Amino acid sequence: MLEGKAMSKTRLEFRDVTKRFANKSQHSTEPFVTAVQHVDFAIKEGEVVSIIGPSGCGKSTLLNMGSGLDAPSEGQVFIDGQPVTGPSEHVAFMLQKDLLLPWRSIRENVELGLEIRGIAAEQRREKALDLLKKCHLGGFENHYPHQLSGGMRQRAAMARTLAVDPTVLLMDEPFSALDAQTKMVLQQDLARTLKEANKTALFITHDLVEAVALSDRVLVMSQRPGTIIQEFVIDLANRDDPMARRGDPGIAHYVPELMKLLHIGESGAKV
Amino acid sequence: MAELAPTVAPTPTMAKRMQNMFNRKEVLISTAVFIVFLIFWQWGPTWFGIPNYIIPPASDVYHEFIRMLGSDKLMYHTLYTAKGVLIGFFLGALLGMIIGYILGMSPTAEFVLSPYILALQIAPKVAFAPLFVMWFGFTSTPKILVAVLIVFFPIMVNVLGAIRTIDRDLINLVNSFKASRLQLFWKVEFRAAMPSLFSGLRIASTLAVIGIVVGEMVGGNEGLGYLLVWGSGSANTSMVFVSIIMLTLIGLVAYLAVIWAENKVLHYIPKRSSTGPQV
Ligand SMILES: Nc1ncnc2c1ncn2[C@@H]1O[C@H](COP(=O)(O)OP(=O)(O)OP(=O)(O)O)[C@@H](O)[C@H]1O
Ligand SMILES: [Mg+2]
Repeated sequence: MLEGKAMSKTRLEFRDVTKRFANKSQHSTEPFVTAVQHVDFAIKEGEVVSIIGPSGCGKSTLLNMGSGLDAPSEGQVFIDGQPVTGPSEHVAFMLQKDLLLPWRSIRENVELGLEIRGIAAEQRREKALDLLKKCHLGGFENHYPHQLSGGMRQRAAMARTLAVDPTVLLMDEPFSALDAQTKMVLQQDLARTLKEANKTALFITHDLVEAVALSDRVLVMSQRPGTIIQEFVIDLANRDDPMARRGDPGIAHYVPELMKLLHIGESGAKV
Repeated sequence: MAELAPTVAPTPTMAKRMQNMFNRKEVLISTAVFIVFLIFWQWGPTWFGIPNYIIPPASDVYHEFIRMLGSDKLMYHTLYTAKGVLIGFFLGALLGMIIGYILGMSPTAEFVLSPYILALQIAPKVAFAPLFVMWFGFTSTPKILVAVLIVFFPIMVNVLGAIRTIDRDLINLVNSFKASRLQLFWKVEFRAAMPSLFSGLRIASTLAVIGIVVGEMVGGNEGLGYLLVWGSGSANTSMVFVSIIMLTLIGLVAYLAVIWAENKVLHYIPKRSSTGPQV
């Protein structure tokens, strides 16, 4: 990893991004649905930024544009200063669904990205086994996905994401399908990994505490058409230790603020 | 590792049941049922006053079987039909897979071709048999063609449907690794369609026998279909029974072969694996 002034380099940037979809609803005469509008933010190297916002406000849409799977209608997305025109080898994404291929063993699943990139079998294997050990799945490399628990599968998905050595990680509610305990364990591992490898991450979640516990900054989006309405710099220690952050009294400052912004607790709130 | 046991209750497949047959109690019961069935077949017709030319008793059919082995070249005709089934099944399956994968990958091709495919699918395939005989004469070609036509559809439809229902996010994932179109096909689409392909193959294995036998009944002097028509024409009911039994055996072998292959290929699907995952 680079150090010194390279630390402040911008890795991922959304520059005045708007995304419209063709309106498929029969009940509306509007030709377009505007999912997100004038979204503008930048994430520096090694920074972890969370986005929270009501359901349907366009969070996943932002992530798709970041990974180059979908193009903005207006504005541009940049990775390392280069405009995104398609999938990049520096970016990897992880979703709520583990997307493990049922016909591949866990090791073969982790190797998927490397295999597509044409890495030699021996190297792939070594890398996959190493990552599986790091993700606490040592000994499970020859198991098939259906033989693992939800938490273990999500760990395998994490290993697959890390296997291609991305500098930028895009994560769309990766832990939201897990039970509360498993979730905390995986958050802990993720936070440590991100810090150790100095990865840049954009993290989408509906869990306010999770957002605060994992991030350097939290961006709050409005209802659709989604735009960023507020930014919180999380001024807490232990970004690599969400467990400690959960116990930090300082967290009590952020969560109620976020709840208020998202109108949680008010009637008619949509999250 | 107890917690790794499949969470889905295994549905008893053919292979599973065959395994269970080694269970003594079940062997005993199923043998008993078979004996009762044979007794009923042997003496049932007489009890109910059904003449032998309507339902010949088991012993008559057995004697006819022995006679046909000797003087009617029963084995030759059975192998002739089996060969047709094998070739028709193989070609039909291959064609169904190829077209299914192509249409699955190209919505445009599907849109353009769908009216013809629908028409062909609705048309009763066996009705083509006389036409094929007119075109190719009393050779094995028309029989195999009927089988190919009849086998083709369930396989194509299943493969096409499977490709269409692949999770969009999965395709996005593979694309995010910058996979080529060919890589996407071999690493995801081809494999993801396997379970549906095998459902199609199972149906097709029995349909192939229908295709061949109809072809043989329409023309030619070879195969079990020919013996069937011959037996019917000469009022030899036992001969018809023997032919039907042999056809059923061919279908059964084909079906079990597909199940066997399915258990090998789809070993990763918990509900189908008969011995549990090899770990
Ligand atoms: N491919 C598409 N075509 C048409 N409309 C779309 C498409 N993708 C998303 N949308 C619309 O854009 C809006 C934002 O969707 P998006 O999935 O980004 O929301 P989200 O913030 O991720 O929601 P959630 O929190 O529920 O995951 C929604 O109104 C959705 O209907
Ligand atoms: Mg979403």
